[in-house]
Amino acid sequence: MATIDEVPPGGATGSHDDVIENPRRRDYLSIGAVAFAGVGVGVVALPLINQMSPSADVLALSTTELDLSAIEPGQAIKASFRKQPLFVRNLTPQEIEAANKVPLSDLRDPQSLAERTKEGKANWLVTLGVCTHLGCVPLGAGEGENKGPFGGYFCPCHGSAYDTAGRIRQGPAPLNLAVPDYSFTSDTTILVG
Amino acid sequence: MSFPWAQHYAPKHPLMQWVDSRLPLPRFVYNAIGGGYPVPRNLNYFWNFGIMAGAALMIQIVTGIVLAMHYAANGAVAFDSVESIMRDVNAGWFLRYAHANGASMFLAVVYIHIFRGLYYGSYKAPREMVWLLGVVIFLLLMATAFMGYVLPWGQMSFWGAQVITGFFSAIPGIGETIRIWLLGGYAPDNAALNRFFSLHYLLPFVILGVIILHIWALHIPGSGNPTGVEVKAEQDTVPFHPYYTAKDGFGLGVFLIVFAALLFFAPNYLGHADNYIPANPLSTPAHIVPEWYFWPFYAILRAFTVDFIIPAKLWGVLAMFGSILLLFFLPWLDRSPVRSANFRPMYRTLFWVLVADVLVLGFCGGAPAEPAYIIASQIAAAYYFLHFLVLVPIVSALERPRPLPNSITEAVLEGKSGSRMRETAVTGAPAAAE
Repeated sequence: MATIDEVPPGGATGSHDDVIENPRRRDYLSIGAVAFAGVGVGVVALPLINQMSPSADVLALSTTELDLSAIEPGQAIKASFRKQPLFVRNLTPQEIEAANKVPLSDLRDPQSLAERTKEGKANWLVTLGVCTHLGCVPLGAGEGENKGPFGGYFCPCHGSAYDTAGRIRQGPAPLNLAVPDYSFTSDTTILVG
Repeated sequence: MSFPWAQHYAPKHPLMQWVDSRLPLPRFVYNAIGGGYPVPRNLNYFWNFGIMAGAALMIQIVTGIVLAMHYAANGAVAFDSVESIMRDVNAGWFLRYAHANGASMFLAVVYIHIFRGLYYGSYKAPREMVWLLGVVIFLLLMATAFMGYVLPWGQMSFWGAQVITGFFSAIPGIGETIRIWLLGGYAPDNAALNRFFSLHYLLPFVILGVIILHIWALHIPGSGNPTGVEVKAEQDTVPFHPYYTAKDGFGLGVFLIVFAALLFFAPNYLGHADNYIPANPLSTPAHIVPEWYFWPFYAILRAFTVDFIIPAKLWGVLAMFGSILLLFFLPWLDRSPVRSANFRPMYRTLFWVLVADVLVLGFCGGAPAEPAYIIASQIAAAYYFLHFLVLVPIVSALERPRPLPNSITEAVLEGKSGSRMRETAVTGAPAAAE
């Protein structure tokens, strides 16, 4: 501060005296300078924080196109969506019936099969293969894998069991297997993401 | 800061006098861990574990820096680079086994160090700041150990990262966004591996900095001792050097023998075979377990199975973090002015029940998630919180402590500290040194 007094800024010499007589004006300069530096720190912090968000090449994987024509009723495939497993299952009429028979009040995370599939495509169940408990990959999509007591998926880590609509029925997982955003681009292809 | 009778640093050699007047670093060391730091004369071997933890950190830093010269933090080659360290790099197997088992040794001595503090009331006034900084070090240590375990990019590495970062998705609303931000993707991948490597390299030096604060805070009031009675006069203390440099040196030798036995004869005993399978995002190991030093906390995480107001998963995460964070409040939960459990019969019983409780939690955390273990971990987790939040405050108000010795010297000369501890304190543990 003393240096400011000794070396007045260029311009009107009268302002120099004012600064000495009126310390509050000098406080204003301090607050302004610190605030300016604070804004600067904030602006620099943004890229430092945001660099940790998914990068462009990771985001580029955020849509996946899948051909469903080879999946027979009762079969399922494991695909990859955003580096996470994706289950696509062609439900049999019996499996659809089994899912529809369950009253919503019996469910931990109440959702009907219709809400989890696309209109007119109730046989196509598309879910992430990520257990909603702690992120393990449930069994049941591959040929001969344990489908658990409800005929859908079964997580070997902590025993969560999902039904034929991918809904949580038993075990520690809190939610149904997530249904990602997807749409049918033709009768037999879907675009996930 | 030291006692008035502390020896003074008086360099005789002209070169040391020249250095002392320009940069008094030797003086600083002399006053910290040399003859200039008077220490209670009655410390037992449990007071060695701080030095051991410091030595373990230095071993981790040295082996870690050289391992980083051969390791590649890229999802495509990380696993292979670790295998190349094991097979191709000269003495690479030794360095990696030393680093992996060094982490276990570090956590083991830190746990004994923490329980030493709990038994002898080291967290009480005027040493609260020492304790608080210690809890900070413990948290940093756990973060560092977790990220280090991810680096070999085996199956346990990958699924450990998946499960641990999954904790954050339990936060309502913004949890999933935070998880994706932490990972730099939707599942653990290259971005996560790289940032974990970067932070795994950084955090040990942060720990080193906090350890310096920890020791600084300790040296303001000076070290505690097994009687919990403060130093009153010069005859209660001996200079740190040569008395405790010798004693710590002996303890360090025992530590290194145990370390060497583990490293050379059972280097994979504490690891998991699954981590020698490369990470596979599409296949989960049947039984995911963290490293042994996280088991008690993993058991608390899994103990919550029923939604109550908030989802069970969020309860589990809150309880797990809470179980460590409540240690920050311990100096104010325990109101008893008597420090050492040797003179607190009720608290001493509680202490040993807590030790058993944490061992049960540890056992359950390492066991598969079967109903019997879940119920055991629920009971043990409930008791853990009961101990700190209810029993310790009540006991510290109700308990009638046994009479304290008038001074450390009196306790030593009458054998109060020595013989009584041998009779009453720790069955099978080393008795008081003096």
